[in-house]
Amino acid sequence: MNWRGAIAILKNELARFFRTAFGSILSPVLTTSLYIVVFGAAIGGQMDTSQFGGASYGAFIVPGLIMLTLLSESTSNASFGIYMPKFTGAIYELLSAPVGVAETIFGFVGAAALKSLIISGIILVTARIFVDYEIAHPVLAVGYVVMVASAFALFGFIIGLWATGFEKLQIIPMLILMPLTFLGGTFYSVQMLAEPWRTVAQFNPIFYLINGLRWTFTGSADVPIGVAFGFTLAFLVLCVGVITWIFRTGWRLRE
Amino acid sequence: MGGPILDIRGLEKTYKGGTKALAGVDLAINKGEIFALLGPNGAGKTTLIGAVCGLVNPTAGTIHAFGQNTAKSWREARRKIGLVPQELSFDMFDKVIRQVRYSRGMFGCPPNEARIEEVLRSLSLWDKRDAAIRELSGGMKRRVMIAKALAHDPELLFLDEPTAGVDVELRRDMWRQIDALREAGVTIILTTHYIEEAEEMADRVGVINKGRILLVDEKDAIMARLGRTEAHFILAQPLAEIPSAFAHYPLSLEDDGMRLIYRGGDGTGKGKREVAELAQTLAGAGIGYTGLETRESTLEDIFVDLVEQEQAA
Repeated sequence: MNWRGAIAILKNELARFFRTAFGSILSPVLTTSLYIVVFGAAIGGQMDTSQFGGASYGAFIVPGLIMLTLLSESTSNASFGIYMPKFTGAIYELLSAPVGVAETIFGFVGAAALKSLIISGIILVTARIFVDYEIAHPVLAVGYVVMVASAFALFGFIIGLWATGFEKLQIIPMLILMPLTFLGGTFYSVQMLAEPWRTVAQFNPIFYLINGLRWTFTGSADVPIGVAFGFTLAFLVLCVGVITWIFRTGWRLRE
Repeated sequence: MGGPILDIRGLEKTYKGGTKALAGVDLAINKGEIFALLGPNGAGKTTLIGAVCGLVNPTAGTIHAFGQNTAKSWREARRKIGLVPQELSFDMFDKVIRQVRYSRGMFGCPPNEARIEEVLRSLSLWDKRDAAIRELSGGMKRRVMIAKALAHDPELLFLDEPTAGVDVELRRDMWRQIDALREAGVTIILTTHYIEEAEEMADRVGVINKGRILLVDEKDAIMARLGRTEAHFILAQPLAEIPSAFAHYPLSLEDDGMRLIYRGGDGTGKGKREVAELAQTLAGAGIGYTGLETRESTLEDIFVDLVEQEQAA
């Protein structure tokens, strides 16, 4: 393992993030804060809290909004991170350097996950200004968000390798991830849905991710926590497998 | 010069669409030399470099760099190889010095600000170290590419069209840089469209066309073997035929006997000597001439001839 190479990629990716920190951080923080203010504080104040295990509606949606940020930021940061050198041709350096799949994952995926965790952390702190929430299992919460951020950064990395244009880069995050996150229980409990939608919701993989994080906040969720953790871990392993295959074969990397 | 630092055997590359970019290339590069790879567009130069540097997956053949198979010991090989690609490819918004540090780190070298400064100064980039790359001129950007490739102190450096699109002054400056690298012991393989560049810089020259190496030899040996002198004597009076006293010279008559043409020599100066002898002999024989035009064939002529022969074959 070329650790210096891996750290160089990580630092380079983080430098790019901090170079555009104003837009990179402010935009997601502002958007999520608006969700919390509008849905959590304004509308949520009128809702029956018994449907959310006694917690306020604002506190109920915080894990879902954190998950929304984690998924979108991890995916887009990683996909953009690897797509840009492909687009500009600068990827020649990565391919000709003594770095393999491990260093590349550590550098690109690590930086993308770290960026999304930084933004999620800022949102979590900002949310505290508007909403009174507790974190029942803080250690598990941290472990879980790191796992989700890593898994979706890996997923984003695959999208970045697959994409042959900026449009493709946006298709999966905008047309699949975003709707699934909204429909996965970010703003409501699946128990509030009538059949058959309650059953249909359980085929949405993001539903398990949101409920996994919600469990670490409130201690209760719509699904067993083991299922959520197991699903995230399986997705992470699958993505590592796909990236390893890409590096071995050179698909979309080497001619 | 030592043994081969790079040994390529039977290298083939066929792209997905069926285009055969390399058709069994054998090539050995000696340590410490400057090797110029010449070829027309699409000849396979960039594919060959890409195969050695890890940008292209070869279809068949082997590449040994520093005695190790690059398919197996790719990490060790790549640590010692630098590449300056044809296109300007980097993060245009980043600062010069940060990009050079990044390259050094990626190749597994420990931070060394003194070495980074040395590289930047040698390329006249030190004053621009904190500038965003996009603010630099085209020539300066190309220097940044070279600085990035030199940041990890490669022993073997590939320069793919290093002076493409740069002005004459900068090109000569680049040649001085390349010469300095050779002095430092770096082996250099350069591809170029400027044959003058190969004539000026290279110890050995290879000609590639349609994915096949047509010729590899010392530059001086090529000139000696394939180089020619051409001299045109514009005669005062037409000659009906070449006098028998001149039969041992490679002469011909053109323009209704008004132009006596010598085509000979071997690139070692023999042609010039024979033309001088011929001028004296003509005067001695009372054959007057009103003008003399001489021309030495260049590497470009040889290159063009080789490629044309290959196209015709």
